[in-house]
Amino acid sequence: MLLAIILAMGAATILQKAYIPKFGLDLAGGTTVTLSPETLDNKAPPEESLDRAVNIIRDRVNGTGISDAQVAKSGSNILIQIPGAGQEQAEKLVTTAELRFRQVLAIGPAQDTPAPLPSDAPSGSPAATPAATPAVSADPSPSGSPAGRSLAKALTQPSPSGSAQPEPSASASPGAEPSPLPTDRGTTPPADDPLAGQDLSGIDPATLQQFKDLKCSATNFGQGVQDDPNKQYAACDTSGQIKYILDKAAVKGTELAGASAGTDPTTGEWIVQVDFKSAGATQFADITRRITTLPQPRNQLATVLDGAVIVAPTINEAIPGGRARISGGFTQVTASELADQLKYGALPLKFKTSSVVTVSSTLGADQLRGGLISGAIGLVIVMLYLLLYYRGLGLVGIASLAVASIVTYLSVTVLSENAGFRLSLPHIIGLVVSIGITADSFIVFFERMRDEMKEGRRSLRTAVEVAWRRARRTILVADAVMFIAAVVLFFLAVGDVAGFAFAMGLTTVIDVVVVFLFTKPLMSLVARTKFFSKGHKLSGLDAERMARPESSSQSFQEA
Amino acid sequence: MPGVIGRLYRGDINIDFVGKRKIWYGLSAFLLIVSIAGLIINQGLNLGVEFRGGSVFDFARTPTSTVETVRATVGDAGVHQIIVQEAGTANWRVTTESLSTAEVTKVQKAISTEFGVAENQVSSQVIGATWGGEVSEKAVYGLIVFMIAIMAYLTFAFEWQMALAAIVALLHDLVITAGVYAWSGFEVTPATMLGFLTILGYSLYDAVVVFDMIKEVTGKLGTSAKMTYTQAANNALSHTLIRSLNTSLVAILPVAAILFIGTTLLGAGTLKDLSLALFVGMLVGTYSSICVATPILVSLKEREPQWQALARRVAQREASEAKQATAKSPAKAKKEPVGAAKDKPKK
Repeated sequence: MLLAIILAMGAATILQKAYIPKFGLDLAGGTTVTLSPETLDNKAPPEESLDRAVNIIRDRVNGTGISDAQVAKSGSNILIQIPGAGQEQAEKLVTTAELRFRQVLAIGPAQDTPAPLPSDAPSGSPAATPAATPAVSADPSPSGSPAGRSLAKALTQPSPSGSAQPEPSASASPGAEPSPLPTDRGTTPPADDPLAGQDLSGIDPATLQQFKDLKCSATNFGQGVQDDPNKQYAACDTSGQIKYILDKAAVKGTELAGASAGTDPTTGEWIVQVDFKSAGATQFADITRRITTLPQPRNQLATVLDGAVIVAPTINEAIPGGRARISGGFTQVTASELADQLKYGALPLKFKTSSVVTVSSTLGADQLRGGLISGAIGLVIVMLYLLLYYRGLGLVGIASLAVASIVTYLSVTVLSENAGFRLSLPHIIGLVVSIGITADSFIVFFERMRDEMKEGRRSLRTAVEVAWRRARRTILVADAVMFIAAVVLFFLAVGDVAGFAFAMGLTTVIDVVVVFLFTKPLMSLVARTKFFSKGHKLSGLDAERMARPESSSQSFQEA
Repeated sequence: MPGVIGRLYRGDINIDFVGKRKIWYGLSAFLLIVSIAGLIINQGLNLGVEFRGGSVFDFARTPTSTVETVRATVGDAGVHQIIVQEAGTANWRVTTESLSTAEVTKVQKAISTEFGVAENQVSSQVIGATWGGEVSEKAVYGLIVFMIAIMAYLTFAFEWQMALAAIVALLHDLVITAGVYAWSGFEVTPATMLGFLTILGYSLYDAVVVFDMIKEVTGKLGTSAKMTYTQAANNALSHTLIRSLNTSLVAILPVAAILFIGTTLLGAGTLKDLSLALFVGMLVGTYSSICVATPILVSLKEREPQWQALARRVAQREASEAKQATAKSPAKAKKEPVGAAKDKPKK
């Protein structure tokens, strides 16, 4: 049975070619960032916001192309582990993504979306701006998916005049403007190019290439790229249906003073109110004034968050005064969501960086070596001690320890390969410390056996059985205590403690398995050999050791 | 095999641990007072950077670097509170105030140019001031839940007196370990907390094995007048003594190995901090499972009418036996007077 378990795990290890477990960052080198949510009342944040934050950060991390990065919840904290990364690199990922306002330079449908291109786009009708019109009409669903909505929205001044209906009508007229320069004509791609007919002047070729390569169908729709505010940038919108080429950031999110959802007092429509700080207000006034007269789509101002366009409304007029509002097809839920995004970045919670730990690859290797050496020394000393004290019996103990070590090693590799387990220093320490506890199970058993033998009326074979029945309960009760400790710590503690507790729990289970399925059967087996049953001097069960000068206090042993 | 070692080797030993419990209570009370005094006088524990908040840099020692040059280099990078330590045989460890990412990079660059260590080989940690608080808060919370769970389990598996005795022994271990840290000034880091928490499991584990034996032995006492609960418990203790010592030794050996490697090879760090706490805690834990947990249990149990009655019967029998044959069993007559229920754990 135990053999079957070992074989199964061994086979899994060999088949998956995972002989060496994967290491945590404290051993392999890399950066671990712990983010703690900041809540007003210091209470634990709701689980679902935390999950959402984890997903968003994961998207962001994956979007940067760092492989093997892990984002996980640990208690109410979020743990981000980036192998090989330095502190600077890690910090970038972790900082709440900045919100940026960028002018739209060009726009096109995401080629890889299943949504069919509208028929009028290939026709190249000069009457319409190729991008804007398809984007609106390409989304026939009345549900108002973000793609459709974003174009239907407008940033308007909160003055009464702002209620003037923006969008689609506006997009048609400037489209007729023959703005494209001859030079651009030359570079204009074939008709099915989403940028056909658009003014590409002033667009950096690198960004153009980026735009072409951009795939919006990925689950994170290209989200997660850290956009440099001083460069042009190609981005998808959050629905993954439209992509944009955006100019340098005109206003950064740090200039945002606040955002709130509310209803328009006259129409009752849900809107998002945005307030800028003084510098931001000036910047915002400048950019709106400059682009409001430009042709579609260059009169759109995209709001970019976490590298994706969340909204790109047409600017109908210059908006001075540092206060703007976004309207168009919001419900209470979507308006609040957008306001939150604007306030906190995409994360549903505010986080502070609790700790950033970068372990260099050499220090990691040192720690691994230290852990392994001490493990080996510990194991050898314990084995030597067992051998010295228990002689022949010690061999049984050593064999059991060896089996326990093999099972532990295999469990670690199998878990590492299939369950994303990463062996870290706390795990190694936990495993080394557990050597003692595993060995104790044998000691309890052996001592019981010797007690039985001392009474002298039993043969070794019966002594083994009787002692086992008694030792079994002790071992189970004691291991249960350890296991409770491990489980409580694993679920309640943070950081390293949880890893340590996991190792302890794992070895406790392995201990029980090995004692029941290996030590006991092996003991029963060797009890039949002459060496042990005749009490050979080296067996650890010799007559001299079993002899007791006084036996008065032993009487209670009898059942 | 003569002498104490031989007796230990054969498992032939019978020390009156429980009867002499006043001595142990006195010793424990003394240790507890010293520990608590240490905590008060030294104003708590020497908390590591993880609890205070700050930044730590680790990098390989080069032939040209000295404590002074390292301090100067880091200082030139605009850092103020600098502590330079040798970490193990091959590393420097520099502790500073909490730095921003830009400052961290600056320090790494400065170290890199000054000592020729590749920038990505300079390990760094930045810990917010509140992080350690959260770690300890969670640990204390875990501790309380753990104690309740263990009380419940031991009450269910054994009896409430055993649960209580085990928990008292456990608190005893924790306070004394904390006292050792307070007096010695060893740094307390999250790894140390980890060690503390493990001690809990360990100290209980040991007590549970002893209690299991006591339960078995006293269960057979019944109405016979052979021996009192105290004597039986002491017998059980003597019986498991070899196991306790063996187990403790076997458990401490790997920890000592970690401590040794952690101190010599790596210097400051998780390995050292954790194994030190374990090492101290296990020593205290072994003592308490023998000399504190069981005596407390006995003190609690001897108050029960059932065992008091038994103690009286045994006393009567022994008195009459002593009259009949004074020479025959001097060992038994010498036993501590039973029914010493008035002894309460002195805390």
